Amino acid sequence: MKRSTDLDREGSLGKSMKEKIKQFIVTEILKDPQRALADDEALISSGLIDSFSLVDLALYIEDTFGVRVEDTDLSAAVFDTISELITFIEKSK
Amino acid sequence: MKSSQILPHILKKTVDEDPDRIAIHLIGADGDEALSFHDLLHRSGGYARAFEHAGIQRGEVVVIILEHGADLLQAFIGGILMGAIPSIMPFLTEKLSPQRYRESLSALIAITKPVAILTYPAFIEEVHAALREGDSVRVVLDSSAVAQDDVLAIETMAGFDSKPEDIVFLQHSSGTTGLQKGVALSHRAVINQIAAYAEALQMTSVDTVVSWLPLYHDMGLITGFIMPLLLRSPLVLMSPFAWMRAPYKLFQAVSKYGGTLTWLPNFAYNYCARKIRDRDLVDVDLSTWRAVINCSEPMRWASQQMFLERFAPYGLKPQALATCYAMAENVFAVTQGGINSPANVDEIDLLALQEEGRAVPAQGGAPSRLMLSAGTPIPETELRVLDEQHKHLPERIIGEIALQSNCMLNGYFNRTDLEKEAFHDGWYLTGDLGYLAEGQLYVSGRKKEMIIVGGKNIYPQDLEQIAADVEGVHPGRVVAFGIFNEQSGTEDVVVVAETDSENEDERRRIAGEIRLQVNKGTDIALRYVQVVDRMWLLKTSSGKIARNANREKYIAMVQN
Repeated sequence: MKRSTDLDREGSLGKSMKEKIKQFIVTEILKDPQRALADDEALISSGLIDSFSLVDLALYIEDTFGVRVEDTDLSAAVFDTISELITFIEKSK
Repeated sequence: MKSSQILPHILKKTVDEDPDRIAIHLIGADGDEALSFHDLLHRSGGYARAFEHAGIQRGEVVVIILEHGADLLQAFIGGILMGAIPSIMPFLTEKLSPQRYRESLSALIAITKPVAILTYPAFIEEVHAALREGDSVRVVLDSSAVAQDDVLAIETMAGFDSKPEDIVFLQHSSGTTGLQKGVALSHRAVINQIAAYAEALQMTSVDTVVSWLPLYHDMGLITGFIMPLLLRSPLVLMSPFAWMRAPYKLFQAVSKYGGTLTWLPNFAYNYCARKIRDRDLVDVDLSTWRAVINCSEPMRWASQQMFLERFAPYGLKPQALATCYAMAENVFAVTQGGINSPANVDEIDLLALQEEGRAVPAQGGAPSRLMLSAGTPIPETELRVLDEQHKHLPERIIGEIALQSNCMLNGYFNRTDLEKEAFHDGWYLTGDLGYLAEGQLYVSGRKKEMIIVGGKNIYPQDLEQIAADVEGVHPGRVVAFGIFNEQSGTEDVVVVAETDSENEDERRRIAGEIRLQVNKGTDIALRYVQVVDRMWLLKTSSGKIARNANREKYIAMVQN
């Protein structure tokens, strides 16, 4: 499994993580690679990411960033936007 | 069970003979709760009394809007005990737009004409917002105000004198269109179905059913509630929302309670096989599972194999893989396969299937398709395959599947207009296409333009209506359809809409808005939204948007 220990600086790690997640969402979930995704755009409460795909996102985050995502974390109350998701991942590390 | 019985008689006998037997294990977020028949029926009796006090009469419809859990089960049984006709409306979820939900509820009320709606105190205001001056609803009941019935006297309740032919409950499919078409089922139909289906499954009270299926859908209502209840088979029930986020919980529950029977829509085989971590399966033992029954959307052999490979190391037996073809209009099951012997796999020639509508066993290296048998008809249900003129077709010719049984619907509630086209010469026309071979049924496609996602029936016109309201979409020029996705094991939903704008940014905005509005207005998510030029969509000779032709056109476009 790939772990994101290859990036040394906090800044580039943060940016890279965000870009990776955005790319995964627009390519794999929304099937629209050209779509722009704002950092504060509601993902779950808006239904943009449906419950089928939410588990995919969790598995991707676990595999890519080496954190554990519990099923109780998969809710808009825990994270609903890219920014909140980044905070969640950083805290879980 | 005899067809001269009614549900309250069976329930009374159960609670008199075996009150302490566990009826239901509810898997909740904070642990499991076991409900004995005594507890379940006393609480249900409380609902029956509350309905009586509210002035509800036998034969009147009560709509129940509660979340998946004990209250929903008890209110439903309570309605039956007092002879009302319960009908479950899905609860409003976080992402659904309240306005669209209100429209759906109004659509249900307009046709079904319920006299009462039962819901949580916090939701009463929302229900009132859907009511119209002069509609049928006399009372909105607060579920929190319902007390348990201390002295359970089922025989004193109005439902105890119901007749076997009386309607016992309604089943709806989802969306505005589905909610306007309530399948009315009698006590006799439900009891006949359960007797016949139990025989096909060899199901008895020693079986334990494990289910996460929603109860507003026929598969969940019958297999994941009514059938185990009447057969006294313990039911282990979890919420569909909990299962979706943590599919491993189904496997842990089977292991913990020695589950023997589970029904799943095809996508769940792919979903579980691909999305469960080993760490969540430690010590899980699936060796008690004697049938995992694939039903309610097109079944794929590959999905079942994927599931078997993933879970065989945990004790899943190959002979547990079973199949079924079901229809709410037949209460539930029509056929059952894979119980005494594995479900047949028929490899047929692809060209003969697509071009001649014939299911010819494949020869040599010719392109072929693997068809998974749905099994043979359950007792007292008879099948035919009919051509366009409703003539009986021989084996291995594709036609419309028609059925006759002793458990058919009484009718579509307040929609006699729909009944004429649903039947021909006493045969119910399912709208599904398939063929028979050596007495086994193979379902190959669908005549009706329905989309089936994750086992849920979606009417494309509901999605088209929402998309057509998006600014920039040319009026009336939008189509919705499903395309099977091998990876997920279910259909991807596609919307194609025409616009007059040639601006790329504007088209992107329209696509985004369609996605958003459909997400908020229905319980499904669109996979692809395509905004196209004017006159892209094909119309039928009568001027309607041709869904299947546009589906073919779209597939050809994305393949190029």
